[in-house]
Amino acid sequence: MDIVNFLIQLLNSMQYGLLLFMLAAGLTLIFGIMGVVNLAHGSFYMLGAYLAWSLASLTGSFALVILVGTILSVLFGLLLEWLLFRHFYQRDHLDQVLLTFGLIYVFEEMRSILWGDDVHGVAIPDLLSASIPLTDTLSYPVYRLFMSAVCLVLALGLYLLISKTKLGMKIRAGAFNHEMTQALGVNIKLIHAVVFALGVGLATVAGMVAAPVSSVYPNMGSQVLIMCFVVVVIGGIGSVKGALVAALLVGLVDTFGKVLLPQVAGMLVYVLMAAVLLFKPEGLFKH
Amino acid sequence: MSAPQSHLETLPRSLNVLLALCFLALLLFPFVGTDFYVQMVSRMMILAIFAMSLDLLQGVTGLVSLGHAAYFGVAGYALAFLTPAGEPISLYTSLPLAVAASALLALMIGFLVVRTHGIYFIMVTMAFAQMVFYLFFDNKALGGSDGIYINFKPDAKLFNLENKHVFYYFTIACLLAVYIFLRRLLWSPFGRALAGIRVNEHRMRALGFDTFAHKLCAFTLAGALAGLAGYLWGAQTGYINPELMGFHMSAHAIMMVILGGMGHFAGAIIGAFSFEYVLHVFKDLPEVAGFNLGKHWQLWMGLFIVALVVFAPRGILGLLAKIFKSNGDAP
Repeated sequence: MDIVNFLIQLLNSMQYGLLLFMLAAGLTLIFGIMGVVNLAHGSFYMLGAYLAWSLASLTGSFALVILVGTILSVLFGLLLEWLLFRHFYQRDHLDQVLLTFGLIYVFEEMRSILWGDDVHGVAIPDLLSASIPLTDTLSYPVYRLFMSAVCLVLALGLYLLISKTKLGMKIRAGAFNHEMTQALGVNIKLIHAVVFALGVGLATVAGMVAAPVSSVYPNMGSQVLIMCFVVVVIGGIGSVKGALVAALLVGLVDTFGKVLLPQVAGMLVYVLMAAVLLFKPEGLFKH
Repeated sequence: MSAPQSHLETLPRSLNVLLALCFLALLLFPFVGTDFYVQMVSRMMILAIFAMSLDLLQGVTGLVSLGHAAYFGVAGYALAFLTPAGEPISLYTSLPLAVAASALLALMIGFLVVRTHGIYFIMVTMAFAQMVFYLFFDNKALGGSDGIYINFKPDAKLFNLENKHVFYYFTIACLLAVYIFLRRLLWSPFGRALAGIRVNEHRMRALGFDTFAHKLCAFTLAGALAGLAGYLWGAQTGYINPELMGFHMSAHAIMMVILGGMGHFAGAIIGAFSFEYVLHVFKDLPEVAGFNLGKHWQLWMGLFIVALVVFAPRGILGLLAKIFKSNGDAP
């Protein structure tokens, strides 16, 4: 593998890793703070991609798509939290698994009824459709760089939100000791709703941003969900920093595995997880 | 957070009588049922064995495995690989080998996963099952995404499994054997230790129990019994594909156990039957006003599952036990 190819694969792995991070961050936050395991998290990714597809044909403007899509998904997250998830924070993990598995079916079928079962493509916005030439034959699409940039900005924003703002302080306090925080006068229910909507929002934005590259198809949430689980397990449940490190690691292993060892590429990520579990059963960054 | 739910280890006597009558009905069913329904009930019984094997982890030991289908599928694949192209393989060699394959896989994965707890356990079992899924899905040599046909049912010498009724009674014998074995196991010192681990693992360790070894044993045993079910499935349908090891299969098994009621293996059997029946009903829904209800069975199934967790977390058996107990029957 020459240096240009290596660079391309490195960028690809970064982009994939950062995309995974967007999903895993929400998953790990929702677990770390509310103690809910959410199997339906992948469905929000799918929802984002389908929203991008139908909004793009309605509005025609990519910026508008992201804006409207984010607002819709946050509202959807708040509604879902209020209707269902709120009542499951104190329930057994088993009940949460069942509830969210049921929701996967509901979301998939709603998708089938609303949008049909076809595969769709979303056009890359004109502004970002160029490619940067690297050599005479190889080039790198600007849009992929844009995806990574969006993810990086959001990751930074998430970090600042959690570690530097007052809201972030309340969120951390709630994760640390839920009753004590409530006793100190923090509206923990509101914090939970905000965190849940944040998680849904991040996953949906990931879906919307990924739509032009990955195309839009049924069941697209399931596979990404399982990868997110691997990321969360490697990183340590509840740790956003762990999710970032693990997501980049998974991105690297998966991308370079496909290039260097294509026969076993599908399994490499799981081997990585097994290795981590063997030495650190609670993940790299235990919360 | 996850306080152990109350489990159904013993049932009111009148309910036990009712269950025995149901079993009798099952024994007599082939005399009245058509071939289609005999095969359907055979399939339900196979899934009941699968659900019981999961109940050993989920209901007894308190380990929620979201990857139990891997062990189910591997035994089916073992049968597919063992069966030669032109003739059947003996039941007495292929069955132990297939079950051993599942047990071995469960032992290896169990070694890694039983050291994790709670939510980790759920995620890790699911991820490893997915690894096995992709191993078979991606490799043409292992059948790939299309799966493998099993052209011959295993040869049992004494009886002919090609006959649907014989297969039915063979399955029912397996079901009964697994049920009796697991019920005995539940009340053995080993089973009591597993129940102790569910209630309070730290205390069990303080009492000197090697909880890791106990959990690993339970995981391996559950994998082996799931393998028995997978073997029967492969033999009955004559076809095996990666979907059998997939995430949905694992989740369905959890639902069967919940629907029936955890902790008493009869619950898993009831759950498997009811779940399959409900699925059958949803898929057969008619078309109403140009909208095909049956085509969207996933929606009804999803709503059914959500309603189940919200309204009846103790399952059918829990409900029945409550009704029978309130009728003034001693437990």
